[in-house]
Amino acid sequence: MTPALTDVDRAIRRNRAAALRRPPVLVAAVVVVAVAAWVLLLADGTPAGAAADDPGKFLVTALDAVTFAGLSFVAASGFTLIFGLMRTVNMAHGSLFLLAAYVAIRVQEAMVGRSRNIDPADVGLLDWVVPLLAGAGVAAVLGLLIQQVFLQWNEGQEMRQTLMTLAITVVLADQMLREFGGLAQRMVWPGTVTHFFSIFGERYAATRLFMLAIAVLIGVLLWLWLNRTSIGMVIRAGVDDRQMVRGLGINIRRVFALTFLVGSFLAGVGGVLGASFAGAAPGTDGSWLLNALVVVIIGGLGSLKGAAAGSLLYGTVVAFSPAYLPSQYSYYAIIMTFGLLALVLAVRPYGLFGRPA
Amino acid sequence: MTRDDALLEVRDLRTGYGASLVLDGLSFSMGVESVAVVGRNGMGKTTLCDTLVGFLPASGGEVLLAGRRLDGMAPETIARAGIAYVPQGRRLFPSLTVDEHLAMLARRARGRRWTPDAVYELFPRLAERRHHGGADLSGGEQQMLAVGRALLLNAPLIVMDEPSEGLAPTIVDVLVEIVRHLVAEGVAVLVVEQNLRAAVRLADRQLVMVSGRIEAQFTGDELLNRPDLQHRYLGVGSAAPAGAATGRRHTEGE
Repeated sequence: MTPALTDVDRAIRRNRAAALRRPPVLVAAVVVVAVAAWVLLLADGTPAGAAADDPGKFLVTALDAVTFAGLSFVAASGFTLIFGLMRTVNMAHGSLFLLAAYVAIRVQEAMVGRSRNIDPADVGLLDWVVPLLAGAGVAAVLGLLIQQVFLQWNEGQEMRQTLMTLAITVVLADQMLREFGGLAQRMVWPGTVTHFFSIFGERYAATRLFMLAIAVLIGVLLWLWLNRTSIGMVIRAGVDDRQMVRGLGINIRRVFALTFLVGSFLAGVGGVLGASFAGAAPGTDGSWLLNALVVVIIGGLGSLKGAAAGSLLYGTVVAFSPAYLPSQYSYYAIIMTFGLLALVLAVRPYGLFGRPA
Repeated sequence: MTRDDALLEVRDLRTGYGASLVLDGLSFSMGVESVAVVGRNGMGKTTLCDTLVGFLPASGGEVLLAGRRLDGMAPETIARAGIAYVPQGRRLFPSLTVDEHLAMLARRARGRRWTPDAVYELFPRLAERRHHGGADLSGGEQQMLAVGRALLLNAPLIVMDEPSEGLAPTIVDVLVEIVRHLVAEGVAVLVVEQNLRAAVRLADRQLVMVSGRIEAQFTGDELLNRPDLQHRYLGVGSAAPAGAATGRRHTEGE
């Protein structure tokens, strides 16, 4: 077949695919417009009320959405980084998240010198940052260990790798229950950021903005790492074509190891942020693995931009559903998440920024 | 055909997919020169390239570069040992800009003949497009980038698979000039081509590949002026013989 014919074939296929997606795009547009109209004008009788009547509640909900998106981004970025390069769905991501949280809580207790009822006023910035680094560091080392001991021998066997990480999750969950107990625990924010401020007459916790700031900082650092360093370029090239990267004399195994280390570290940072925000308990690992999965499915597996966009959309649905569904239906907020998933996948089957593997 | 000054020596190479052998006892050797492997579609040309650079495992035989055995090694080891690859279809990285394609290899190229700056000097067009994505380039520019990327390995041997494919004649001229330039600088170039005219211009020696082996070798003029040979080995041109065959059957030890 001549190249010209191939191009024509591709164009026909593209057109056909575009035509197939036209109805979902229309549906998505209608849904977006309807939701905006509902939230702005029609949402009387919901916990928050129509945005036009109560802009303060709307702003607070929007802030909730963005700050939760920040946390989801941190948790999902490592996950998507590992998947993008290694095509491994690391089911142990949630375990690393929870382990880092527990370790950080223990370190913080040791640093503050108390094990319960810690007053934020007694927690200096260092009493939060050092446990964060310790927890994330432990997650990073364990992640690297998992990759070196179990995954690198099964390169290219994605299903086997996924099942192995799933098994590791079960073992780790049991061990963490034994070591850290079954009660919910909380990492305490540093006193310097624990206060409230007022917007449109609504009280808002500064800790949420602190969390968002950290997420933005991590996003910027990750972007710089991937776009401005040669190792970052190698990782992006590896996402495109692993074999060709090896053909350029680059030892992809070392790149895999580094990616797993960084991805696991990010899971750990997410875990410590999550434990400060909502606490840590058995089961938190599974729910945050699910959160990360939802974010990367929306955004497209393997894309950092996708993780950011996916987190924002997911955060929006998670924050707005309970506030703007009629009171008697707000219990069904979780269903909205799946509605979002279905809508995004109907319009873009590989997620917003994803590409076929 | 074994040469004392051989840079690359391939002996009895076998590679297959499952039970079927695509390379079936392929042998040849080359020094610092440009050599083309020509043959019909499906004769195993791309398989030969992929096997030489380690993308496909050889099931038998030997590949030696400057006396060092490379068969069975990982692609990264082979690339570092000195075989750079310009693959069919270029295989650029869609997520990377022109600059990033070169920058990711810049550290190891530092202080050697080919650095990103030297590549930009060779292909000023690439310098103008340095911030464009690999996918936004024309076919010719993509090929320049694929060649430039391979040059950064500063390898003694560059393997090019169908480099003229889809290129305008003027771009093929540029490619020919660069291959000549590289050989003059002491870099060996192995070109695999289906396009006979391009192959003859790119290389001094033509190895004809038939069913996974090198069956014969000719000079470019021999092959171009002999439609019967073209018909016999490449399935093109007329079958009418034009005098006695001067091409040599390719055998081991020649």
